Amino acid sequence: MIGDYTLLEFSSILAMQGFAGLILFSVFVLMALGLAIIFGQMGVINMAHGEFMILGAYVTWLCSGLVTAYAPALFPAYFFIAMALAFIVTGALGILVEWAMIRHLYRRPLDTLLATWGLSLILQQLYRSVFGAREVGVSLPDWMMGSFALTDIIEVPINGIFVMALTMLISLAVFLLMFRSRWGKQVRAVVQNRAMAGAVGINTKKVDRLTFGLGCGVAGVAGSAFTMIGSTGPTAGQLYIVDTFLVVVFGGAASLLGTIASAFTISQAQSTMEFFMSGSMAKVLTLLTVVGILMLRPEGLFTLKMRR
Amino acid sequence: MNTTLYTRREWIALAIVAALILIVFPVTMDVFRLNLVGKYLTYAFVAVGLVLCWGHGGILSLGQGIFFGLGGYCMAMFLKLEASSPENTAIQSTPGIPDFMDWNQVTELPFWWVPFKSFPFAAAAVILVPVVFAYVIGAAMFKRRVGGVYFAIITQAIAAILTILIIGQQGYTGGVNGITDLRTLLGWDIRTDSAKFILYFVNAVLLIAVLVLGQMVRMSKFGRLLIAMRDKEDRVRFSGYSVADFKIFIFCLAAAFSAIGGAMFTLQVGFMSPSFVGIVPSIEMVIFAAVGGRLSLFGAVYGALIVNWAKTSFSETFPELWLFAMGGLFIAVVMAFPNGLAGLYRSHVEPFLAKLTRKSPPSPAPDTAPVEAVKLAAE
Repeated sequence: MIGDYTLLEFSSILAMQGFAGLILFSVFVLMALGLAIIFGQMGVINMAHGEFMILGAYVTWLCSGLVTAYAPALFPAYFFIAMALAFIVTGALGILVEWAMIRHLYRRPLDTLLATWGLSLILQQLYRSVFGAREVGVSLPDWMMGSFALTDIIEVPINGIFVMALTMLISLAVFLLMFRSRWGKQVRAVVQNRAMAGAVGINTKKVDRLTFGLGCGVAGVAGSAFTMIGSTGPTAGQLYIVDTFLVVVFGGAASLLGTIASAFTISQAQSTMEFFMSGSMAKVLTLLTVVGILMLRPEGLFTLKMRR
Repeated sequence: MNTTLYTRREWIALAIVAALILIVFPVTMDVFRLNLVGKYLTYAFVAVGLVLCWGHGGILSLGQGIFFGLGGYCMAMFLKLEASSPENTAIQSTPGIPDFMDWNQVTELPFWWVPFKSFPFAAAAVILVPVVFAYVIGAAMFKRRVGGVYFAIITQAIAAILTILIIGQQGYTGGVNGITDLRTLLGWDIRTDSAKFILYFVNAVLLIAVLVLGQMVRMSKFGRLLIAMRDKEDRVRFSGYSVADFKIFIFCLAAAFSAIGGAMFTLQVGFMSPSFVGIVPSIEMVIFAAVGGRLSLFGAVYGALIVNWAKTSFSETFPELWLFAMGGLFIAVVMAFPNGLAGLYRSHVEPFLAKLTRKSPPSPAPDTAPVEAVKLAAE
């Protein structure tokens, strides 16, 4: 007996909280992956990252509306089309932003931070003007509704499992792209030594632009996945941005593996503590612990060893 | 090296600022508008702190709202306790404690509220609490050589944590509404028009004192070191200076300035709430300094006045356009006018004035150099 619960009940509650944590983990990973690519690899602070995510969510919402209206037969599979579209639209916007703004500011990271914050305000207001201030939700296809019953007490929702599977797939794709492809090799070369990378014939400006586009595109897919588990409003992106930055910094800015490990730690800690205390205190404690650890170990959990 | 505190041009600039806020505003505005300007000027304290800390020291803090809020809350706690005398709160189930505590079933004044019954303690706490807090953050970060964007993100996270904490602990802090319904300061009713008028002048005089103090820091040897640290931190360290201690000092000083602003805000506006603490207000405070010119102390005052005035009038008439304007402002001051209004004044108005008076144009001020240098380095 633990408190008023039997051992079985208690472990089931832990499992349920753990599962809720896994969904939070998926959102964190999807958002943080894009951010880690941009921040870790390029040293650019993109405060508008949350708004790129929300753009992906709105694209998915539009898709869901259009498919329901014009091609109801496609409805069970519309989500995959929406995801691809979200990637393309946000990636394109990312490339545009890099061209218009970011490339002028590479040596001034603090200024990039302020400029992208300005961009995020503009995008928020744009969403509010175009899509309205109210939150929107997509309708899920039938096969995503409902939940599995693992035991009598533990139930897991199917859309949660779907989002988790998606997260794993996207993480895998990003890993393959960064560590197995020729392009990924170029990106890593530019990160490690820009001048030498340029000297051996890598077009560093093009690599920068595509990296930024890829980071934003991944954010768009994250937004697309986000619509499966929550509703979307113009300011939803801002709610996650600080958490996500902490995830990236805590994981070690240049390490994608660290990002995933820290997303897992933070989300699990938060959702487990949420059961024992109020949600706000759980968040305060989690964030305080992260900030405290960062003060002791500023380079984060995982660091990339390289000569400077 | 300058041995005098102000050059002639700067004396004139100081005189113009002083005349504007001490004479022009009070003469031309009614008490309501004047109170509004007084509120804007409390943000100028924060902006002046940021000019020193960010513009000169290169430390971008996205958490100045923390210190503004802490200063404001310390003042609000004192005023709230004075307003919650047992006679005023006789209808509560526990008379003598603030109303929001009673609503949240708190039956006893928490121990950390008790000292705020004394005005000297509260007045000291307005400065000391934020400064100690800034010292802890600064010492933890700068001693480990955490700087730049990491510092910005962590201060931002702390601002977020503090907001969540204040909102979550409703019974002790007043929650999302903040501490409201403040009435008297040592028996003096702060809600009357005459009190607002007097408080405006107290605020204005304090602001000028802070401006002079800021100029003293700028012109001292420490001010030179600050700029050196921003541009080549390692060289300053290798020259034998303790970079971390200097950074902690300037960060604490900026926190103290913000805290004074926060306390004056509470006195003039009559409440304090977490909406002045969090991420969004904190980053807006940076834009006040950026618009005025991140290197100009006087610019900070104009920046705070202009941005807040624009915000009030825009959001009254075209609320949906305000965020576009604000976002555009952020992008513009970074990409087109990195030295803000002060930079525009120096590059456009000053040569024009010089032509008018037929004197040789003044030599470009050393302040404009850094951003230019950064630009050159980027190309």
